[in-house]
Amino acid sequence: MIPLSLTLVYIFLFPGFLFLLIYALVLEYLDRKIAARMQHRVGPPLFQPFADLIKMLGKEVIDPDGVDKRVFDAAPLIALAAVMTAFLYIPVVSDSPFSFNGDLVVVLYLLTLPTIVLFLAGWLSRNIYSAIGGIRAVTQLFIYEVPFFLALLTPALMAETWSISEIVVWQQEHFWFALLQPIGFVVALIGLQAKLERTPFDIPEAETEIIAGPWTELTGRRLAVMHLAFDVYLVAGCALVAALFLGGPLTPWTFTSAWLSVIVGFIVFLAKTLAILLVLSSIKVATGRIRIDQLNRIGWKYLAGASIVQVAIVLVMNAMWVNA
Amino acid sequence: MPEVIIPIGPQHPALKEPVNFRVIADGEKIVRIELDLSYNHRGIEKAAEQRNFIRVLPLLERVCGICSHSHATVFAKGVEQLMQLEVPPRAQYIRTIIAELERIHSHLLWLGVAAHEIGFNTLFMWTWRDREAVQDILEEMSGNRVHYGMNEVGGVRRDLNPSQVKAALSRLPHLEERIAKYVEMVERQKTMLVRFRDVGKLTKDEALKYGTVGPTARASGVDYDVRKDDPYLVYADAPWNVVTDTNGDVYGRTRVRIGELAESIKIVRFCLENLPAGNIRVNAPKTAPKGEVLSRYEAPRGELVHFIRTNGTDRVERVDIRTPTLANWTSVAVGLVNQNLADIPVIVAAIDPCLSCTSRLTVVDNGKRKTTVVSFDELRRKNLSNNEEARP
Repeated sequence: MIPLSLTLVYIFLFPGFLFLLIYALVLEYLDRKIAARMQHRVGPPLFQPFADLIKMLGKEVIDPDGVDKRVFDAAPLIALAAVMTAFLYIPVVSDSPFSFNGDLVVVLYLLTLPTIVLFLAGWLSRNIYSAIGGIRAVTQLFIYEVPFFLALLTPALMAETWSISEIVVWQQEHFWFALLQPIGFVVALIGLQAKLERTPFDIPEAETEIIAGPWTELTGRRLAVMHLAFDVYLVAGCALVAALFLGGPLTPWTFTSAWLSVIVGFIVFLAKTLAILLVLSSIKVATGRIRIDQLNRIGWKYLAGASIVQVAIVLVMNAMWVNA
Repeated sequence: MPEVIIPIGPQHPALKEPVNFRVIADGEKIVRIELDLSYNHRGIEKAAEQRNFIRVLPLLERVCGICSHSHATVFAKGVEQLMQLEVPPRAQYIRTIIAELERIHSHLLWLGVAAHEIGFNTLFMWTWRDREAVQDILEEMSGNRVHYGMNEVGGVRRDLNPSQVKAALSRLPHLEERIAKYVEMVERQKTMLVRFRDVGKLTKDEALKYGTVGPTARASGVDYDVRKDDPYLVYADAPWNVVTDTNGDVYGRTRVRIGELAESIKIVRFCLENLPAGNIRVNAPKTAPKGEVLSRYEAPRGELVHFIRTNGTDRVERVDIRTPTLANWTSVAVGLVNQNLADIPVIVAAIDPCLSCTSRLTVVDNGKRKTTVVSFDELRRKNLSNNEEARP
């Protein structure tokens, strides 16, 4: 049993909320900077995401006519709370102390909430652009969520556990799932890009069509919190894929000193999340936005198909290994 | 979902200039579209009637920030025709160089905007960066980046010295390299292909029926280019081809514009290398004889027409500007029906609309919140009755 003080430190300081907030802003900075350099721009300075956050927190909050203020205030907070909670179950330096058999399902559920919140915000705004954006967000959810879930299910199937930490341990003993299940890894990355609503899946907030979609009527601290929620979402998503497919923070070697193992684990975690971010940023820069009907076709034809094939392959591999 | 009305504009991030579409959509499908132009009527035609031939050119140049040289040249060409002036060849060459550089920068700008409309911001940033090379050449030649101020009736105002010619020539290979890159991207970049192909399709018959001009018409296979069909400046001598395409969609229009980039570079290089010696202008008389002329010009966006009527004084009696955007608007309203909501920005952008240049008079009754269009007959009646009142 972990002492209460350590649990509180884990939740509030490291790798919980404080670290998470800082790392979320750092990842946003890196994402913007990488994209900017690829597009031959200068990009933002280091503290820009932080400055944006502070500035937006201080801006006036404008209520659209006839909007339920309390729900509108609560919506971004729910999104932020959901993704922050999800992060607590993902191994950062070593196993998560809260891990239990089934936390993968909880994390997947929590990571779906921001999209639902966006839909709600769009619907509540009483604005035609927001409403269309919200409907698009949910339509898109139904397209990418199934392949994404199936892709994340395959490591659990092979490791025969529903706990993220145990899946990480399984990879330490055997092999990275990214190499064992390359199809699932690719589908997971694409699904993550879609979950985060980044190009080419930024259909719900397509600037040139519907202003900012569900974000249109979010102002001041609501906008700040929603942005922050999506930054944290980015961290949680990268960390989840890193844990499930790249072996999380664990290395094949064990260290005698506890401190050393924590530090190495942390560095490995940073390296792996940054590598995934680099892939996501590259996708963002290399593509334009596709249409919702095209996404529907691609999603159900290729992504869902690929993930089902991956599940089938895993089942066959399992049967052969278990029998042998 | 029932039919919803989605207002796009007059202020909207997709629009760089004010225009209003009322899109009636059924879910993501467009049922009907109502266009409302004219949020930016500036009364330039009327203002042009009050300035003499020296002062009117800078004004007409300001009709548009992208094709500024086009408006000045087409007007000067028309007035020179009325005055029966022989413009020296060197001036013709310099006008052609500026005109084609303007086409290159306009098409590069358009390519960036089209990419931005489908959320492909990388190409947007890249083309706008490469466009700077063209802007630099223009700035070296004319001292300006937007309104070059090169034209006057009877010739051009600034000469090119050999070092300017050399500097411009040395910048062209880099541009050609980048254009080759964009040709490759348009043919192979997946998201561009899926978003541009079969979007906003216009058959050849439709293109002719709705009177489209420029790259929009040429993308539908209409082989029409004023530079070839009614040559002016040095287009008859320069080696170049009219670029057409048979796709008729946004993809086709992109291909036509990128093809024209390469052709324009050929023309610029020819003109720079064969720049004849001699004067850059002839002295124009102060007044133009009574007459009418329809001056045509292939602006980057299509055929630009100035109708000029003079009455023997030092200013025009009437100048009527028909910009290519006005000719292409109808095809947009038709092309949008049954398309996806998400395709509105790119279909509208595909004709490269220049809205302020196109603005026509609209009567807005602010009290009743009503906008009406005045028919020609009404306008005529009104005009006649005004004259009656004015008569002593």
